[in-house]
Amino acid sequence: MAKYTPPEQSKAMQWVDIIFVVAAIFFALWFPLWMGWAGVSRAIEKIDNPTWEALGQTPAQVEQWVKLGFADAAAAHDIIQNKFDYHIDWMQLIILAIVIIGYFVFLFQASDKEYREVIDEKFNGK
Amino acid sequence: MAKAAQASSSAVQRVSLLRVLGPAHVWALGVGIVLVGEYTGWNFAADKGGTLAALIICWVIGLLYTSVAMIDSEVTSTVAAAGGQYAQAKHIVGPLMAFNVALYLVFAYTMLEVSNAILIADTIKAYAGEGFTDWHYRGVIATVIVVLAALNYRGVLMTLNVNFVITAIAYLAIIVLFFSVQPWSQGAVLKLGEMVTPENALPYGWIGVIAAFHWGIWYYLGIEGTTQAAEEVRSPARSLPYGTMAGMITLLIGASLTWYICASLMPWQYLGFTYYPLLDAGKLTGSAALETMMFVATILAALASANGCINDAARAWFSLGRDRYLPQWFSAVHPRYRTPYRSILFLLPIALAFAFIANLGQAITFSILSGILQYTFMSINIIKFRQKWPLGTIRRGYTHPFHPLPAIVLFILCVVTYFAIFLGYGAQLTAMVVFYIVMSLWFHFYRYRYVRRGDQFTMPWPKPNGY
Repeated sequence: MAKYTPPEQSKAMQWVDIIFVVAAIFFALWFPLWMGWAGVSRAIEKIDNPTWEALGQTPAQVEQWVKLGFADAAAAHDIIQNKFDYHIDWMQLIILAIVIIGYFVFLFQASDKEYREVIDEKFNGK
Repeated sequence: MAKAAQASSSAVQRVSLLRVLGPAHVWALGVGIVLVGEYTGWNFAADKGGTLAALIICWVIGLLYTSVAMIDSEVTSTVAAAGGQYAQAKHIVGPLMAFNVALYLVFAYTMLEVSNAILIADTIKAYAGEGFTDWHYRGVIATVIVVLAALNYRGVLMTLNVNFVITAIAYLAIIVLFFSVQPWSQGAVLKLGEMVTPENALPYGWIGVIAAFHWGIWYYLGIEGTTQAAEEVRSPARSLPYGTMAGMITLLIGASLTWYICASLMPWQYLGFTYYPLLDAGKLTGSAALETMMFVATILAALASANGCINDAARAWFSLGRDRYLPQWFSAVHPRYRTPYRSILFLLPIALAFAFIANLGQAITFSILSGILQYTFMSINIIKFRQKWPLGTIRRGYTHPFHPLPAIVLFILCVVTYFAIFLGYGAQLTAMVVFYIVMSLWFHFYRYRYVRRGDQFTMPWPKPNGY
């Protein structure tokens, strides 16, 4: 296989590539935060006029809450009653599975195509 | 003038990284990055599944990382080049995979660095009182990130010597706390039976245990970072497996002790809520000396981790530039300090920006997402490595036992962890994978034209089987 000689990239185009990468990184990290997608599957199950007993705390546990600075049950209410909802959104799960599997399939197939070029050139096609 | 500048630039790029590190530095790099996981983050597993779930995943995820360390030690002791898993992917799977792996590394470590800076600011804020305004908070974050970047800019040996000392102190603090609470005498200080009861051990049942895998990763995330310094280690075939496996043993012991102390001292709802469980454990002993010790140790653990993360992320980014996967401008080595200084400086504002807009849980999740993509790659990579170069065809510094069992275990645990992340952060995970798809298309159909094909394979190995 003939040795591949890549084109030289101009300084200006190097900067264009750098800007593209930075923009992509910021978008990937910032967009889910902006959309409020992070950790949304939980809610506070409110109890009116909570007591330690109503919150399911034993005397030993209450002692530790107090040492940690929670003077009464009302102060600890939001922490104790903030519960996860683990119902599964099957459509979202299927979409996620397709995206991840599709990503890895493309990744390994396209990589293999590039890898064959690398090996051909490195070993002179022998 | 332009020619002179170009010549000067080429000369700078020919300067290589220094081989100055030993096994202790490898241990310090791995454990230094990870140990902060005992000080914060792992406890969110209790939030997702209860205290017992946090213990179950401590050991199950320990199994995942033992597989990672075994696989990594074999491949890295054979492919000893800067970039770690990136160099492995380049030689075993192909350039596009390598490009993705380097991005995983940069994301995982930069977001871990961000998490550490946020943890330090939160810890100081908790003790500083009313006068500690939002500007002070941001000032602490900025100072941590900038000072550590300057340290990394200055030199790898000094960076990892500092890491060795502060990691050792932070680890010793856990041991001292453990013996101070008289673990042999339940009821004296520790009250495990009263904190963890049959009613609250698994409040969400087994689905909570699965969900807890998400944060369980944080017990050990980053131990694979030992390989990033492969090109700067004096004897990689010996030092890398030794340092990595010693690090893993250290962390398994540390994680178990941490769970035992914290689970015995605080209700599971608080354990899943707090940002600094070991510091709170120190407070609950009633000893001001222990509380102060854990305050200092929390800060040191976070500093060691952030320090190692800057080291690793910069080397992965540097490798991308050196191989033309990204503009070559990033591949410059400092003529005096012999560090990848442009990569260090480039990643600095990105870390700062996200430290200001994300909270601790979000930053940790970003890091975990990239980590788990990387472990999925590693499970497939080792299978391909053994297929392309079976045992006996090339010299390996270390050969891991029971192949392919660790790879299969790793792959299965990765799938479970994807599902765990989906339970709460599904849309975020999808968005992140879409980002990697976009970057892969950009690389494969555009950027790859600038890559010298044959130069991507630098190991003195025979042609791989099947090619």
